[in-house]
Amino acid sequence: MLRLMRFLRPYRPQIALILVLVFLQSLANLYLPTLMADIVDTGVVKGDTGYIIRVGGVMLAITLGGTICAIVGSYFSARVAVGFGRSVRGRLFAHVQGFSLHEFDQVSTASLITRTTNDTNQVQMVLVLMLSIVVSAPMMAVGGIILAISQDAGLAWVLAVAVPVLILVIILLMRNAVPLFRMIQIKIDKLNLILDESLTGVRVIRAFDRSDYEEQRFDVANLDLTDTAITVNRLVAILMPFMMLVLNLTTIAIVWFGSIRVNNGDLQVGAMIAFMQYAMQILFAFLMLSMMFIFLPRAAASATRINEVLDISPEIVDAPDAGPAGDQHGYVEFEDVTFSYPGAEEPALSHISFRAMPGQVTAIIGGTGAGKTTLVNLIPRFYDVDSGRVMVDGSDVRELTQKDLREKIGFVPQTAVLFSGTVSENIRYGNPTATEEEVRHAAEVAQAAEFIKDMDDGFDALIAQGGTNVSGGQKQRLSIARALVRKPEIYIFDDSFSALDYTTDANLRAALRQETGDATVLIVAQRVSTIMDADQIVVLDEGRLVGVGNHRELMESSPVYREIVLSQLSAEEVA
Amino acid sequence: MMQRGSGRRPSQAGGMGFHGPAGGFGMPTQKAKNFRGTLRRLLVYFRPQWASLIIVLVAAVLGTVFNVVGPKILGLATTKLFEGFLLKLEHVPGASIDFAYIGHILLILLGLYITSSIFMYAQQYVMAGVAQRTVYRIRRDVDEKLARLPLKFYDSQTHGEILSRAVNDMDNISNTLQQNLTQLITSVVTLVGVVVLMLTISPLLTLVVAITLPLSLIATTVVAKRSQKFFAEQQRALGELNGHVEEMYNGHKIVKAFGRESNAVSRFNELNDTLYDAGWRAQFMTGMIMPLMMSIGNLGYVFVAVIGGIMVTQRTIAIGDVQAFIQYARQFTQPITQLASLSNTIQLTIASAERIFEFLDESEELPEAADALVIEQPRGAVAFDHVRFGYDPQAPLITDMNIDVKPGQMIAIVGPTGAGKTTLVNLLMRFYEINAGRILVDGIDITRLRRGNLRRMFGMVLQDTWLFNGTIRENIAYGREEAKEAEIVQAAKAAQADHFIRTLPESYDTVLNQEATNISQGQKQLLTIARAFLADPEILILDEATSSVDTRTEILIQHAMTELLKGRTSFVIAHRLSTIRDADLILVMNHGAIIEQGTHEALLANGGFYADLYNSQFAARVPTEDVLTS
Repeated sequence: MLRLMRFLRPYRPQIALILVLVFLQSLANLYLPTLMADIVDTGVVKGDTGYIIRVGGVMLAITLGGTICAIVGSYFSARVAVGFGRSVRGRLFAHVQGFSLHEFDQVSTASLITRTTNDTNQVQMVLVLMLSIVVSAPMMAVGGIILAISQDAGLAWVLAVAVPVLILVIILLMRNAVPLFRMIQIKIDKLNLILDESLTGVRVIRAFDRSDYEEQRFDVANLDLTDTAITVNRLVAILMPFMMLVLNLTTIAIVWFGSIRVNNGDLQVGAMIAFMQYAMQILFAFLMLSMMFIFLPRAAASATRINEVLDISPEIVDAPDAGPAGDQHGYVEFEDVTFSYPGAEEPALSHISFRAMPGQVTAIIGGTGAGKTTLVNLIPRFYDVDSGRVMVDGSDVRELTQKDLREKIGFVPQTAVLFSGTVSENIRYGNPTATEEEVRHAAEVAQAAEFIKDMDDGFDALIAQGGTNVSGGQKQRLSIARALVRKPEIYIFDDSFSALDYTTDANLRAALRQETGDATVLIVAQRVSTIMDADQIVVLDEGRLVGVGNHRELMESSPVYREIVLSQLSAEEVA
Repeated sequence: MMQRGSGRRPSQAGGMGFHGPAGGFGMPTQKAKNFRGTLRRLLVYFRPQWASLIIVLVAAVLGTVFNVVGPKILGLATTKLFEGFLLKLEHVPGASIDFAYIGHILLILLGLYITSSIFMYAQQYVMAGVAQRTVYRIRRDVDEKLARLPLKFYDSQTHGEILSRAVNDMDNISNTLQQNLTQLITSVVTLVGVVVLMLTISPLLTLVVAITLPLSLIATTVVAKRSQKFFAEQQRALGELNGHVEEMYNGHKIVKAFGRESNAVSRFNELNDTLYDAGWRAQFMTGMIMPLMMSIGNLGYVFVAVIGGIMVTQRTIAIGDVQAFIQYARQFTQPITQLASLSNTIQLTIASAERIFEFLDESEELPEAADALVIEQPRGAVAFDHVRFGYDPQAPLITDMNIDVKPGQMIAIVGPTGAGKTTLVNLLMRFYEINAGRILVDGIDITRLRRGNLRRMFGMVLQDTWLFNGTIRENIAYGREEAKEAEIVQAAKAAQADHFIRTLPESYDTVLNQEATNISQGQKQLLTIARAFLADPEILILDEATSSVDTRTEILIQHAMTELLKGRTSFVIAHRLSTIRDADLILVMNHGAIIEQGTHEALLANGGFYADLYNSQFAARVPTEDVLTS
């Protein structure tokens, strides 16, 4: 939490102002009982009505002043706290944008999302509380103690007993309760998981007639949660009554010992009443402070999670001497490339060498886990190789700026990702300067024109977040159009035709062949039929290259390739 | 002194995020449509615990009353002290402070306060049980309801909506029951008690304090009204920002591939600024409430001090009473603020409860007949007799379907992706009710069968495999509860899954993580096949393997499925030509409707949709014909 405080640096003047304002406000609140004491000890005792009214006027002025301080203070603390949230959030998002895929794998996308949204809100909320309660509580306490002592040092020992007792109880209680609160969260998550599973699996549960079993599973978790919740709430139940008791006992003690002192002529009655009120204010300040203990652990956890992300420095950065590529266009070459995912025992790719040339289609085939996707991810430098080189247009990809490198590439990922916005905005994502005509053309080549026409607003139809209002096949086609409109030197299709039916697939491939012209095309595929007519086929098996050649050559030379072909085509081939 | 919010538990939903110590104050209120009805229904849940609830009520009232009386009694001591002090001041001979009296009063107070604290503790202690057990029962009802809802309900609502009811709404209820209900009681009792005691002390001073009342009302309503607007804006801005973050993070690869990081950041900054603008205003408004109320309280304090002081000089009131009054004036505004904030929270809670009750009122599956039949020795014959069905009865997908499947036959379902295989599963397993006609299993109308019995006759091996967070053994054993270890292993062997399971670190005890990402898609399918083997159903509904599975696993799956099909009636969603041609009957589906049916040859001869489909899917492979011969 403290480390995040560096984001408060620009707000130092405002914070100083807030501290002053809170201090003035606390003073105002504390000064009222002193004046009250004057009313009693001077005005009432002497029966001086004029004095009473004069002091009353001063009290009114102080109340007003205190109010203004409080309102101005809460204005600044709102701006500081929410501004702090904005800075942390902005910094975090910008930082994450610099991450490579490796860092995303490391932290997980879902977790990064919660950290950027929920966790920043948590710390912001705690800062709000800090700027109001935490800052004012010690001021009230210290100010109250000073005034109480100045009013009557002889009674101050009552506070010296009450305050530590109060603090001790809060600490003891929280030490027991906080882990329990955490436990509750874990148990709620567990219960929600079971519920989520019984929603997604409803057909299977009913098919196997296991509703009773699921109910029982839920009930066990439900009871478990209930028991813990009861325990923790019963524990916390002691807090308030105990605090009230301390408060009230303090009052009684003040009156008793105060009376003795009044009798001895050491203390005035009004001063004693004022003293009682200080005691209330001081103890209340600690009470409010104790509420922080509930929020603080959560915020501290959030802060840690935010710092973890900020501490990750992106692995892939542009080399200081990175320059533009040579004059070549569309040459991709792997030179003895070996790559392993961090922490993996075996490399995902070992000693891969091949070249892909402009105007040619290079297909990559192999079983799951053979390393096909990994291989194409190395070309836009989503990951860096362990050894060897990936060359694009004659330069090592690490010697190019990421921007220059990626501008050459039209990438179509395995799972199509669309963004919220119109169809045309989504296609134009590949090339913001594309004309309407170019967007239309790209859609046609990608076999998307027809279904776009059928949508309510055509190219202006809105795509929902995550593309949930279009089918998987439609998403893939839009994602292909997005790459096409870029008119890149190098196309990468990572198993991008899987959700298309055979007819669309065939039409698309025919249209693509014309469109890609003298660009370099790399296609990752599962289905042999998709890639049989490629100029060059690269066969991968468990991260190793086991064959390069065209279909006919590989049928002769590569047993792995033959096995794949036979498993897929045997039945149909007879037809 | 008054009862304040006891350790407000932070909202577990986490989504709202922003609201501070003022609780739900100023948040936009969602109003329940039927407040009274919902409240009454919620109260029914308390019925089993009415005894405890009465204890809570009595304890809360007594605890508060004892506490509220305190200052007045304490005032007596102060008055006595002041009298003695004045006498001493006037040097009345023998004058001294009456310590016996003061001591007596303080002892009474001591007893009072201790009793009050004990009652307060008892009240919260008992309430913890009442609240949590009540929530437990509502949660259980929701879960049990899930089992009785027809599939139609699940298909028409997103999981998010259902989960939000079961989680967020439940959370609201739980928090309110635990904290706010007793707060409501103590606030009301405090308010009433304070007013009564103030009146007994001095009607005039009460009037003075009452003048501040409209002031606090105006302050609260004005601020609340303005803050609602900002809160709504803040919520909207937050939603947009979160949406953007989700999109950019999920699509990170695309953002990078197309070099659009800076666009993403600048759009984020725009949204972040909007959120800031709405956020600080909302925060300012909420932040203002506490100091405003405190100031108004102080105003009352000043008036009481001044007027009370003057009254003491005129001997119309005792000094102790003024002191008591000051304490009461402080306590007077707090329950009012608290009640204002509570009314908001309670509105929210009732709205949540209403959504849960609406859910509990959803229409359920048709109940089973009391004399529902059970087929002891199923053979696996299935017949459709003039079946008519549509999700919307006005737009039937199936108008007059008649098929007669003998035990052991194979039916292939063919069509473009998303053609409606779920419809078939829905009808066969009676997840949906048909509009007209009959479906018969072994000659018995399925509506006359026990649902569990009917469904156990079927086995499903679908592409969207469903596995739950548990060990592999538990997941396979899901097929049959009483399965023995040896049977589980045998099923895994039959499904060609035993080998890969044994390569996993914990073998059969490997726990599948939440999204089951620790095994591959193909391995998941093998596990579902194993589950089906163990369940040993008479009729199978299965999906042929897909492109997302690598070729070797695909071969394993193919073998396992062929093995599983032996001797069972089967409905196969077919992708492979061999399967289709071997089928005893082909159902051609498109857009969810069955458009043609017949054998391969008959359908080809027909020259309809199937013939087109066949030609485009399989005849397109012509260029590959020389492949194997070369």
